[in-house]
This record gives sequence, structure tokens and C-alpha cells, in this order.
Amino acid sequence: MTKELSNKVINLKPSGIRKFFDLVSEMNDVISLGVGEPDFDTPWHIRDEGIYAFEKGKTFYTSNKGLKELRTEIVNYIKRTQGIEYDPDNEVIVTVGGSEAIDIGLRALINDGDEVIIPQPSYVSYEPCTILANAKPIIVNLKAENEFRLKPDELLSAITPKTKVLILPYPNNPTGAVMDKNDLEAIRQIIIDNDLYVLSDEIYSELSYKEKHISIATLVGMKERTILINGFSKSYAMTGWRLGYALAPKEIIKQMTKIHQFAIMCAPTISQYAAVEALKNGDEDVNLMRQSYNQRRRYLLNAFKEMGIECFEPYGAFYVFPSIKEFNMTSEEFAKRLLEEEKVAAIPGNAFGQSGEGHLRISYAYSLENLKKAMERLNRFVTKLRINVKINV
Amino acid sequence: MRDELLSIIEKNSRIGLNELAVLLGTTEENVLKELETLEREEIICGYHTLINWEKTSIEKVTALIEVRVTPQRGQGFDKIAQRIYNYPEVKAVYLISGGFDLLVILEEKTLREISNFVSDKLAPLETILSTATHFILKKYKDYGTVLSKGSEDEREIITP
Repeated sequence: MTKELSNKVINLKPSGIRKFFDLVSEMNDVISLGVGEPDFDTPWHIRDEGIYAFEKGKTFYTSNKGLKELRTEIVNYIKRTQGIEYDPDNEVIVTVGGSEAIDIGLRALINDGDEVIIPQPSYVSYEPCTILANAKPIIVNLKAENEFRLKPDELLSAITPKTKVLILPYPNNPTGAVMDKNDLEAIRQIIIDNDLYVLSDEIYSELSYKEKHISIATLVGMKERTILINGFSKSYAMTGWRLGYALAPKEIIKQMTKIHQFAIMCAPTISQYAAVEALKNGDEDVNLMRQSYNQRRRYLLNAFKEMGIECFEPYGAFYVFPSIKEFNMTSEEFAKRLLEEEKVAAIPGNAFGQSGEGHLRISYAYSLENLKKAMERLNRFVTKLRINVKINV
Repeated sequence: MRDELLSIIEKNSRIGLNELAVLLGTTEENVLKELETLEREEIICGYHTLINWEKTSIEKVTALIEVRVTPQRGQGFDKIAQRIYNYPEVKAVYLISGGFDLLVILEEKTLREISNFVSDKLAPLETILSTATHFILKKYKDYGTVLSKGSEDEREIITP
């Protein structure tokens, strides 16, 4: 073939994580801190329900928007956790992971040339999905001194007459930052004054360690302009089941459903039956996993404190985002040397946007024993670096 | 703090005070105080180790014995339960609802010792109506822990 492939796709930058993955996969005995998914197996009663669904022959398509029973349970869940009501028939769609919801949500909102505000560091798919939808990504570089929360002045200075959508990724991957009610209230009026849509990616909502997660959709005047995205991957340790959902006003869900209908048809049926069980009887599993993550979070923060590594206290997701600026290396250099010299894999912060430079994303979706071993190695590494600095001085 | 503390040490009683304090987000003094209270209230009754004896050279036979008894006036099942649990080879005694009354868990070195215990000590007790002895062939899971699983991390080593 001589005809060119899609320029838009060719020009997409490959994910920065990919590069690092290739490096890691060539090595043996690596302790990885680089995983963005829970270490727990899906709770057994949920898996069991999936097996029953197979046995009962639930092997056909569901309706495009997903099983009615599941949509009803999703709506109930949002009502009991956030206190807001959605119509299960018209205001919710079950998707293939939160990722699909991000993609079709953006595509349903955007016209050519619209601008989408993306706070970074953040998950790697917002920018490419924006570009693929023919919109212009406007990056807001969040600051460590604000604990990577989006501040009103940062939002204001990114807005132009073309701004259409604000992506709000909290609790945040990779920083672990959360936006509490005051933080959200501080940007609410700006969003309304500029008539923006909000795509709120709340996939880590259940993993909030300070207070319960609050969705921006609960704020006055926000529900009618918000696509609330969540899913089963992080809260119920169901990444491989590929199941997420979006809640939004009827007109938006209607358009998203069209894309979903033509591109996907429906989310996996077996997963949907298992997810019904997760929402009905899974609260206790979520509590136990949250408790366990929280212990590891405290363990890591304490380990960094003892090593003298600067790290703000993150209250969400399962990541800490320590600063490695004192070592005068880029994140990539640091991560590469840590991997080569101590066989510990942590993802360089700049893989999630330029403002992540000078940081590492460290996941605590690992057993405490694993984290302990990794921290011993990290400690040895930074001690060596500091000694070398002294010698050079 | 109490519930979380208990759930941690139920799985790992060797964990140090310092680490407990970090995991629970409190001070070592608070943890120590709470542990002492729990011991005093006999909520914590001991710090045992879960051993998979099958992997050692030490022979052990475990039996579950269903016991039907006649409850005694004024003392119910307590007195007979005490007579049974006083034997050191008896690992556990539970009062059970259903087809029998007491479940006795017995650990000995050989089958013969178990059968001797049942025929010489247990069955002759006058309030005991009948016994049924079940031998454990293999332990898959004990105290919430799957024995010898050796599972590996199946996740991709790096994911976004």
C-alpha cells in the first residue's frame, strides 16, 4: 500500500509509559511499583456470580446501554454515596471500562476546534482522546505546592471563548491528589460562568482516605453539565472485566449511546452480571481493600519521611508522588538508574505530563512485604546518590 | 483503631509496635496501651503461629469428633465441656447447634492414640451418649489462610 495512514493517529505521541515498559520487560527480578491496578483478586462472590452467569447461558448481547438491572444498581449506588438521582433509563450508560466512557464522552461533546482543558499530571488517555475527537487539548500544569489540585486562577487563565470541556480527574492518577468540597466550590462558578461541560473521571472515588469522595455533580448547577465517569476496575478490583459507566443528562447519554452502539454494541455481558453482584453485596470488600491500601499509604509516607524524600500526603487512589528534585536528575534518568542499579521499577512522573517532571509515581497496589523490599532498595539507592553528591562537592 | 488493630495482628502477630503505629496512623504509646487493654479484657487471648505441619517431619493426626451428650441439670453443657477441654491433647471444644452437641478437635501423633483417647477417655464419660470421629486427610485452608498456595503476581509489570 502506498496511501498514507491517518495523519492524526500517526502524529499521536506513544505513551511515555510504553518506553519504560520495554526497558523493564527485558530485566529479571524486578520489584515493580509501576502497576496501575489493584493487587487484590476480584472478591470471590463477584467471580462466582460471573461463573453462574456463564452456566445460565448469559452469553448474548445486552441492550446497548447495558442491563437494566445493572443501570438501576448504578443509579442506586450513586444515590446512596453522592445523594444525587439519575434516571436509569436515560441518564446512564455501561461502557467498556472508564476508558471508553472518556472517549465517547469527549466525542459526544466536541465540535472541531473546541478546546478541552486537561489538568496534568493525569491519566495518559485524556490528551489523545481529545486530539482524536478533533479538539485542542489545553494543558494546565498543576503545581506541587498546591498538592496538584486545580486552582481557580489556573482554570481561569486556561479558558478562552473556544473552551468547551473541563476534564476533572480526581482522585488523581498519578499524584493521589483529591479535590474536596471547598476545592470544587472554588471552581464551580467559573465553570458555570463560562458555560463549560465537565468530564469528571471518578474511577478512584472509593479509594479516598481522608473523607468520603464528593462528586462535582453534587454541586448546585453542575449535574446538568457533568459527565460523571466511574467503574468497577479500581473499587472492586475488576480491571480485567472491562466495565465502567457514565452518568450524564439525557441528551448527552443519547449521543454517547449512538457512538457506543456503533463502535462497541454493548459492554461484556458476563461482566455486567458480576457487576450487579458487586454493587449489591460488595460494600464490605471495598471497605477492607480501602483499609489495606490506607495502611500501605501510611507505610510509604513514613518510609519517605525517614529517607528524607519530599512527598506531599496524597489522600486518594493508590499512588504516592514523591519529589526527586534534590538529586538533580530528570524523572526518566532517576527511574532508569533506579531500575538498573536496584531493580525497582517506578514510573517517571513526566509520563503523565510535563508538570510531573521531578517526581516519580509509586503505586501501593502491592503487599506490604513487597513495598518493604522496594523501600530498602530505594533507601540504598538514594543514600548512594547523596554520598556521591558530597564527594563531587 | 481497635478493629483495624485486631484485623492486622490477627494475620500477623509478630508485627512491631513501630510498624503498627505507622500503619494505623497513630503513636506507639497508643498502640501499646490498646494492646494491653485488649489483653486485659481477654479479647486478645494469645499470639499463635499458623504452622503447616504437613511440611515438617513431625507426624500429627487431627480428628474432629462429634459428641452427643445429656445436658446436666443446672450446668447445661459447661461441665461436660470442661471435663473434655482439660485434656491437653484436645485443641478445641465448641458447642454446636444441629445433630450433635459438642465438636471436639483432637490432635495426636497417631491414629491409635486418637482411637485410644475416644474409647478410653471420651466415650466412658457417663453423660456422653455417642461419638463420631472424623479424621482430617488434608488441610487446604486454615484460619483464613490458604496453605501452600505460592501464587504469582499475574499483572503486567507496568500499566498506566
